[in-house]
Amino acid sequence: MIEFKKLHKSYPIGKKDSLHVLKGLDLKINEGEFVSIMGSSGSGKSTLLNIVGLLDTHDEGEYFLNEQKIEKLDEKKAAILRNKFLGFVFQSFNLIGYKTALENVALPLYYKGVGRKERQETALKYLDKVGLKNWATHLPNELSGGQKQRVAIARALVTNPKVVLADEPTGALDSTTTDSVMELLTDINNEGMTVFVITHEEEVAEQTDRVVRLKDGVIISDEITEKGKLTGRYV
Amino acid sequence: MFDLDRWQEIFQTLSKNKLRTVLSGFTIAFAILLFTLLFGIGNGLKNTFAQQFAGDSDKSVYIRGGRTTKPFKGLQSGRRIQFKNDDSKFINENFENEIEFFSPNVERFNVLTIYKGEQNRYVVRGVYPDYQPLESAVIEQGRFLSYLDLEKKSKVVAIGRMVEKDLFGKFSALGKNITMDGISYKVIGVFSDPGGDRDERFIYTPFTTAQGMYRTNDYLDRFGLTYNPNLSVDEALAFSSQLTKLLKEKHNIHPRDQAAIRVQNYAEGTRNVQQFMGVLNVIILFIGIGTLVAGIIGISNIMVYIVKERTKELGIRKSLGATPRSIIGMIMTESIFITALAGYAGLMIGIFSLKAIGSSLEDYFIVNPSVETYVVVGATIVLIIAGTIAGYIPAKRAAKIKPIEALNAN
Repeated sequence: MIEFKKLHKSYPIGKKDSLHVLKGLDLKINEGEFVSIMGSSGSGKSTLLNIVGLLDTHDEGEYFLNEQKIEKLDEKKAAILRNKFLGFVFQSFNLIGYKTALENVALPLYYKGVGRKERQETALKYLDKVGLKNWATHLPNELSGGQKQRVAIARALVTNPKVVLADEPTGALDSTTTDSVMELLTDINNEGMTVFVITHEEEVAEQTDRVVRLKDGVIISDEITEKGKLTGRYV
Repeated sequence: MFDLDRWQEIFQTLSKNKLRTVLSGFTIAFAILLFTLLFGIGNGLKNTFAQQFAGDSDKSVYIRGGRTTKPFKGLQSGRRIQFKNDDSKFINENFENEIEFFSPNVERFNVLTIYKGEQNRYVVRGVYPDYQPLESAVIEQGRFLSYLDLEKKSKVVAIGRMVEKDLFGKFSALGKNITMDGISYKVIGVFSDPGGDRDERFIYTPFTTAQGMYRTNDYLDRFGLTYNPNLSVDEALAFSSQLTKLLKEKHNIHPRDQAAIRVQNYAEGTRNVQQFMGVLNVIILFIGIGTLVAGIIGISNIMVYIVKERTKELGIRKSLGATPRSIIGMIMTESIFITALAGYAGLMIGIFSLKAIGSSLEDYFIVNPSVETYVVVGATIVLIIAGTIAGYIPAKRAAKIKPIEALNAN
């Protein structure tokens, strides 16, 4: 599903220097996996997610998304691929403030070119799935943090993508809501969705099946969690 | 081309962000309102000047005899210059190409005019049929005088609208007989005159009739003529001075005697007015364009601000699969929509304000302030183009920002 070979990424600092963030990563994530990337801040985990999510480009190495090699992608192609294959969940939810929960969930379908009525129906179905059917007409600022993140998850799922990418999905939530959001992600994964989580919290990583630890742009470990062993996927 | 979904998306964005919409709309509406008012008032000023000279054809020349102030060829000064019928012939023969309409004129003031119980005093003029275009008179009922009337010395009159109103009230004067100084004349026509009430209190009768009635021999009072419209203002002025020169020679007047023959040439006034109007036009155009440019800069600034404010939203949209093109399309459609709508609103408010205040401005030399359709259409087109440009530049920039940078923006 997702595969890197010797992936490099640097950011220019000033005119001459550059910061080498990712230093030749090799990683393969199969369809249906529930993977977390662990690392402290500055380890390069967010950069990795941005590259995976086609929100940013890599400098060197190869990146395959759904068997398709990602290179020289213009904005338009990237947008189409994002819409088709990827669903995003952000730490700060990134809901559009003036749109209702339902409209936020329906937005990716609009860019997919789905008709209005079908958009509404599908979006409502996914809101129901995250338990917020009754909140459909509410604006984001009328929802709690956990509810907002659920709306964001519904939005990530609505196009039925190949991968859900979650960037510190629980970073802004308390422990109770963190658990409920992780449960939701687990449910989604159990239905066969590939879920890719970035976090710096051990408790969150523990609830995934596989933990990849990143330090200074290098993978230092790649382990199956206790929970992952129970799935029987990694034998 | 028309995509309902896209419009719904745009309407929602606009209506959910009212302050932003109102603010940018207001800038444009205000600019266009000012533009319309300015143009309208400028046109009102121009109308005033046009009206001042509307009474007579702007190519008119009037010639009347005066008294000599210089002795010449043994003749004493103080001699009265009396035009006669042969002067008519003389002028026509010498200036066939320069003259378009020509009429000698016998004028009688304070003529007691009676119809049944009503009576009043009017100016009666004996003229040729050519006098009608000279005065820019417009026939409302019946007809003007004809050459046949002249030939037959018919006792017929064409009366001004105000004469009809004075004597006949609400009834038509056409075909009725009025009595002037005891003699009965038939009303064959009623005319209006852009020169206003004063010019509509004239009574015209055939030149021959009036000359027979009021003048001994073949004396006449003055000539009215219009020069060939093909002549430039300078040529027209040259023509009238040549005409004066020849008439002076004919009547043995000292070439530098200014009082013996009085010539009134409207060409000179016309030239001044045209120059003045030209300058006025340039000023109005300059300020009008300035206002529009200010409006365009205003809307551009607002668009830049709006796009900046929305960077994060655009980033979210991009992460959800919005292509750069759809981002540009969205911002531009919004921009064009606001500019066109607000511009139209400003235009309408302007036009209605002009209508509302129009009549109260006449004291300030502004008559019927209004804007022409082509100005309205032109301004709207300029606006839409401005809206496009104002929207395109920031939209293009927004579309270029990497989604990740947009998402991190705050």
